Amino acid sequence: MSETPLLEVDRLVTRYPVRRSLTGRLAREPRLWVHAVDGVSFSLARGEMLALVGESGCGKTSTAQTILRMVDSTSGSIRLNGTDLTGLSAQRMRPLRRKLQMIYQDPYESLDPRFRVQEAVAEPMLVHGIGGSRAERRDLVIDALERAGLAPAEQFLERYPHELSGGQRQRVTIAAALVLGPDLLLADEPVSMLDVSVRAGVLSLLDGLRRDGDMGILMITHDLSTAAHFADRIAVMYLGRIVEQGPAQDVVRNPQHPYTRALLSVVPHRDPRKRSTPQILQGETPNPVDVPPGCRFHPRCPIAEAGCSREDPVLRPPAAVVAAGHEAACLLA
Amino acid sequence: MTLPLQDPQLAVDAEGQPSTRSGFFRTVLRERKAAVVGLSIIGFFVVLSIVAPYISPYSITQQTCAVYAPPSGVHWLGCDDGGIDMLSLLMQGGRISLVVGFAATLVAMIIGGGVGILSGYFSGWIDVGLMRITDYLLVIPDLVLMIVIADVWGASLFHVIIVIGILEWTSTARIIRAQVMSVRERVYVKRTRAMGASNARIIWKHILPQVGPLLIANTVLTIAIAIYLETALAFLGLEDPTVTTWGTILENAFQRTAISSGAWWAIVPAGLVIAAVIVGCFLFGQAVEDALNPRLKAANLSVRRWRLRPLVGRGPDAI
Repeated sequence: MSETPLLEVDRLVTRYPVRRSLTGRLAREPRLWVHAVDGVSFSLARGEMLALVGESGCGKTSTAQTILRMVDSTSGSIRLNGTDLTGLSAQRMRPLRRKLQMIYQDPYESLDPRFRVQEAVAEPMLVHGIGGSRAERRDLVIDALERAGLAPAEQFLERYPHELSGGQRQRVTIAAALVLGPDLLLADEPVSMLDVSVRAGVLSLLDGLRRDGDMGILMITHDLSTAAHFADRIAVMYLGRIVEQGPAQDVVRNPQHPYTRALLSVVPHRDPRKRSTPQILQGETPNPVDVPPGCRFHPRCPIAEAGCSREDPVLRPPAAVVAAGHEAACLLA
Repeated sequence: MTLPLQDPQLAVDAEGQPSTRSGFFRTVLRERKAAVVGLSIIGFFVVLSIVAPYISPYSITQQTCAVYAPPSGVHWLGCDDGGIDMLSLLMQGGRISLVVGFAATLVAMIIGGGVGILSGYFSGWIDVGLMRITDYLLVIPDLVLMIVIADVWGASLFHVIIVIGILEWTSTARIIRAQVMSVRERVYVKRTRAMGASNARIIWKHILPQVGPLLIANTVLTIAIAIYLETALAFLGLEDPTVTTWGTILENAFQRTAISSGAWWAIVPAGLVIAAVIVGCFLFGQAVEDALNPRLKAANLSVRRWRLRPLVGRGPDAI
């Protein structure tokens, strides 16, 4: 791709200090860090949907929080339309936030219970001082609500969140994000709190949005089948790092990293009679405070060899025949 | 003091009521008889104070009967040492007592609400600094410090208001801080911040309305404390001697040997109206606070009750 990608994340590291007790501090114990995001690189083009997949605690949400600058990165860069967001002051970050909107997991928590739908969707415009007069803003709100699939919008304007269903609330938060005309939408498990029956609707809405406009979507999920169905590309995260990424279909059909294979083995089949043999990983995810040396997956890896505990693999095209752009961080792939 | 206070939304939703703010207070009044009684008492005294100059039977500056005349058909509550009608004194004395109570509470709520919100919202060194000041003021015996300040500044109505105001905001600040800390972590607050909203906007539009009912409950409870303290200061002779308040009525009666003269009517009625206003504030404030925190309903010893018991006449602060 010749033009600059919409979002380019390069070797991003985010770590949180571990709280030391008073005695620990007095005894000058070394300061420990949780390496939530530990060298993540990826890029996202306009109109593309990238799914960030991984189990809980692997750093998916921390990655999104860092891109949003809700937490500060330790090193690495985040380029949105070529502008590096890391190190920007809050003042200079504010206008850029228009281009960068987030959708949260819990639609029951992400709307202020005292704001009517109209106020909730209009708030981003007031924050950024756009939208013109009250009547013009109202038109923009109606437009955003209808784009988010709440039609006729007039019926929803005066309602409070508690009068809406979970799916409707999530559509309101999507409308509130759309009203600013963002370039990048971060969706943090946008459907995991919703009823199964409305999930598909919200996901197709997001899918349609990025196809219509030139918006890029970074979707965070732990559901590989959703990712495979809607995303263009999948990046699998493990313990703060991307271990495999590539075109969605290829990653799912032809997984190269043993961790991706383990994740895929537990995805249920469409036909309940057809049983797969789930590959249950041994042990827990290691504590991100002390990451295992060498390949961070080797203590749980079913195919690990002696070299795996020494050498830390980087993302590279695997030996097997795969689609272009498919990479895995495994010494044996 | 860090009991997790439920936000008004949930408290109301649990009862299946509409969750607007006015709806919350309506629900409290409907569901809790104590709140109605308390609000009625407060309302009665407020109205009485407003109309007192027009309806009080006698002037409070002229002698209308004998010194310490006992209650009779003409003077229902008898007269004081100067031959002034007690009923008229009580009615008009309430004006100043309530004004001091409300004004001091306003001062206390602005400081307490402000400190609580800033401290809870910004955390970090702002929180540490403000909370240490709060702790400092919280552990100092209020009445003793008030006596010292009021005495140094001199006896005046304004000084009494300021003294009570700057000493009675601490518990409010702590309660509001705890609530703000929990509201700050709500997803919609984070979403608003990620949207690019300024801190001022988040506090004004999202945090303040959420802690509003709690602040009101605290305001009402603090009014009771302020009226009580005003009475105490007046009784100790630290109130402006030219004004008549319930406290100065008591002081006057005490200084002018009402007790040895057996003139109970110079003391008891004033004591009763003070008690009535305080009880009224408590009933209402407690009902609102209970509605915000359903856990307190079950507990027979809430932090609040325990804190206030000594003030109403048992603990070290009691006179």
